[in-house]
Amino acid sequence: MSRIGVFICHCGENISATVDCERVAQEAGRLEGVEFATDYKYMCSDPGQTLIKNAIKEHHLDGVVVGSCSPRMHEATFRKTCAEAGLNPYMCEIANLREHVSWVHEKGEATTRKAIQIVTGLISKVQRNKPLNTIKVPVTKCALVIGGGIAGIQTALDIANCGQKVIMIEKSPSIGGHMSQLSETFPTLDCSQCILTPRMVEVAQHPNITLYTYAELDKLEGFVGNFKATIRLKAKSIDYSKCTGCGLCTTKCPNKKIPSEFNEGLGMRTAIYVPFPQAVPNKPVIDKEHCLYYQKGKCKICSKSCPTGAIEYDKPDEFMTIEVGAVVVTTGFNVLKTDFFPEYGYGKYKDVITGLQFERLASASWPTLGEIRRPSDGKIPQKVVFIACCGSRDPAKGIPYCSKICCMYTAKHAMLYQHKVHGGDSTVFYMDIRAGGKNYEEFVRRAIEEDHVNYVRGRVARVYEKDGKLIVKGVDTLLGAEPVEIEADMVVLATAGVASKGAEELAQKMHISYDPYHFFAEAHPKLKPVETNTAGIFLAGACQAPKDIPETVAAASGAAVKVVSLLSQENLVREPIVAVVNRCAPPLFSTCVGCFMCETICPYHAIEHEEIKDRKTGAVIKTIAKINPGLCQGCGTCVSFCRSKSIDLEGYTNEEMYTEVMALLNH
Amino acid sequence: MKLGFYPGCSLQGTSREYNESVKALAPFFDIELIDIEDWNCCGATAAHSVNKDLSLALPTRILALAEKQGMKEIVVPCASCFNRLSVTQYELAEDKELKKKITDTIDMPYEGTVKILNVVQFIDQYIKDKLTEKIVKPFNYKVACYYGCLLVRPHKILKFDRVEDPTSMDELMKMIGSTPIEWGFKTECCGAGLSVSRTDLVAKLSGNIVKDAADRGAESIIVACPMCHSNLDMRRPEINKYLKEDVTVPVIYLTQAIGLAVGADPSKLGLQRHFVKVTTL
Repeated sequence: MSRIGVFICHCGENISATVDCERVAQEAGRLEGVEFATDYKYMCSDPGQTLIKNAIKEHHLDGVVVGSCSPRMHEATFRKTCAEAGLNPYMCEIANLREHVSWVHEKGEATTRKAIQIVTGLISKVQRNKPLNTIKVPVTKCALVIGGGIAGIQTALDIANCGQKVIMIEKSPSIGGHMSQLSETFPTLDCSQCILTPRMVEVAQHPNITLYTYAELDKLEGFVGNFKATIRLKAKSIDYSKCTGCGLCTTKCPNKKIPSEFNEGLGMRTAIYVPFPQAVPNKPVIDKEHCLYYQKGKCKICSKSCPTGAIEYDKPDEFMTIEVGAVVVTTGFNVLKTDFFPEYGYGKYKDVITGLQFERLASASWPTLGEIRRPSDGKIPQKVVFIACCGSRDPAKGIPYCSKICCMYTAKHAMLYQHKVHGGDSTVFYMDIRAGGKNYEEFVRRAIEEDHVNYVRGRVARVYEKDGKLIVKGVDTLLGAEPVEIEADMVVLATAGVASKGAEELAQKMHISYDPYHFFAEAHPKLKPVETNTAGIFLAGACQAPKDIPETVAAASGAAVKVVSLLSQENLVREPIVAVVNRCAPPLFSTCVGCFMCETICPYHAIEHEEIKDRKTGAVIKTIAKINPGLCQGCGTCVSFCRSKSIDLEGYTNEEMYTEVMALLNH
Repeated sequence: MKLGFYPGCSLQGTSREYNESVKALAPFFDIELIDIEDWNCCGATAAHSVNKDLSLALPTRILALAEKQGMKEIVVPCASCFNRLSVTQYELAEDKELKKKITDTIDMPYEGTVKILNVVQFIDQYIKDKLTEKIVKPFNYKVACYYGCLLVRPHKILKFDRVEDPTSMDELMKMIGSTPIEWGFKTECCGAGLSVSRTDLVAKLSGNIVKDAADRGAESIIVACPMCHSNLDMRRPEINKYLKEDVTVPVIYLTQAIGLAVGADPSKLGLQRHFVKVTTL
């Protein structure tokens, strides 16, 4: 005979305003197996918890049902309370009387009856509950950071400074990411490279960080605390142990007409190249797609010119397997380009450029040393039009979201232009100015009021070229929807921020979820902003959604703390809510027939094969499914797929759930 | 090959030459265009500005007739008719209750199975493949392809060409030997139905289109919409008055240009009917 305790919380007035809590407790108290039942104003408060603890001890309760808010809110609280009173925490169940009852119904008899029914169901269930013990998993004390932009750099440095080991991989030849391409940064106008490059150097020199550039994740297996990652080290064609980074090879390379990725296609680079002078590591790689030797079998000029004989052609990509306890994904974003905006003539007119290209034009590391000259003829543009929201907030373009950073960088661009081209004229076409952030609004006002940037609220319909000028046709919606036509020398498009190339593929490799725009999805938009749904894999920066530098750095530090708190534990303690394949006496051993349907549908790859062997001969009698408790996330998909009903989810077994449902129906 | 054909009112009146040129082109490619019997007006702009149900009922009747007459696909050359028919088909497919209401109104069965083709889609699907081999006299002029508002919009429903910078007509014109110009007025509004009530506005809007085409050296403007055509062509005196110059660049239908290229008789293509004189070399 069970001895169940029932505790009904009023949640202030949240529940008691529509549910007769006293009656719920009274009726529950009359049910079979219930030893004690009461109600209280704030069950989660200290006196409320003490009430539960005392009742457990006094009445020797072997199960508890708390009727309160959602289990997402206080299940952990009440289970801890029960544990403190000596009861197994998994013998405590939460009846959700707030979100499922009081908040969604009017006051009345039916509402109270619903509350009683829910409590009744759980009283039945808890009588079938079995005590469960938490699962302990060992931890590999090393983190993998994927992506070497500012998000990855900050994450790696924070983890490393806490004394934990970090392996960073970056797919391009240098770390630095988009931030290294920027000219100045809002809202302070400090030079992007000046604040970034010292950190890039720190990453390369930190004793706890191992950096692999030109490297990509090939495969990720395992589970929290125990990941096994296979890294593809792309062949650089250069022996870095011999290369001194003198750069002679890059000056001799005959193929000099390759659009530079770092300069967003505005400048050219050679086939053997260092992406930019401040690159880390500051050693070249050979771009095989454009190298004459790789394409035509002849040339080898770089090899002849290298004073240390560091060039090594025809080396294949290498694969390296590493073991890590946690993974942080910081793969960043891209901005739209190509002919996504035919109406704005991008790709047709050389002087219609993206915001990222403008960053290069205005940068001190640009050949003009930061003097703004337009791409087509090198003239200083006297009239520049900036168009905000190019693609963003436009469902017809497939991008309904706000790219968030554009309002600010457009204000910065216009400001930089006004600072650099005295007497120049700049116009910004905008939808709304979204300048939420510390000193952001002030920054935009400064552009408008002090630097006299002309802000026009309205959309641009078309940009076309006439007599050497770019005609920008738009509308001013604040001045009676008057059409506006501006003859510009250069047009800058604040194109939408989109997920980085290959994001979807990477997410699938790691089994993390992503949104329809291929941005990676956090476990909870507010309370778990750097976690993914897969334990041990974290996110930071613009791979989640467009983010500016301060927000990215904050998220990176947040992710680092999560990683450090994970790696600093000897063993990981996990909830025992995992699926289990049943076992029974020989000759059956298990009702599992080994069809492995569960293996095909498990989203976490937690199903393993277990061979049952004859104790004497060692011959395999039967192969059945076995669920790796480290990988299992307790989703229950396998339970519903199992044809022989051989799998049960601990804490939510078929028996427990059917009992609850039957009690609900019979009451 | 037989295809259904919905001429609509314009093609019986102000743009007879559009009708004539589509019909003249078809036999060159062994296509027979069969008019939907007992067809009615699509409602055009007038119906949907005053009564939504009416604006849906009129096109639904046309589509229901086409179904009844066993047509799988219908060619609708007028951009406005094409737009109204397509929008109606979409709205009724999206909303079952609305579909019931409208079919009750017209008192005819309607499934929404007929595929609606505008002139460019029609040429793309049934003419393009054989076009190159049929050309006897390349249309080697510099041309400005003008799409107007309705041919490619609303994109959500029509899903045809690039809505802000369409290229389908340009591609076809290249095939018959023309050189399409790059210009900024491909989809600018011509003034449309204001042709009658605010001729001054039409003169301005259409004037800007005609002038840009002429300034860039276009020898003809190619259109696929009766409304665009009449504004750019019939309103040329008002346009020239507004522009204070004498712009003589002719406006011809896509089907007329292709017709000339495959050797159709110019009079059968209705080229003599334009206000701005067309002279062929």
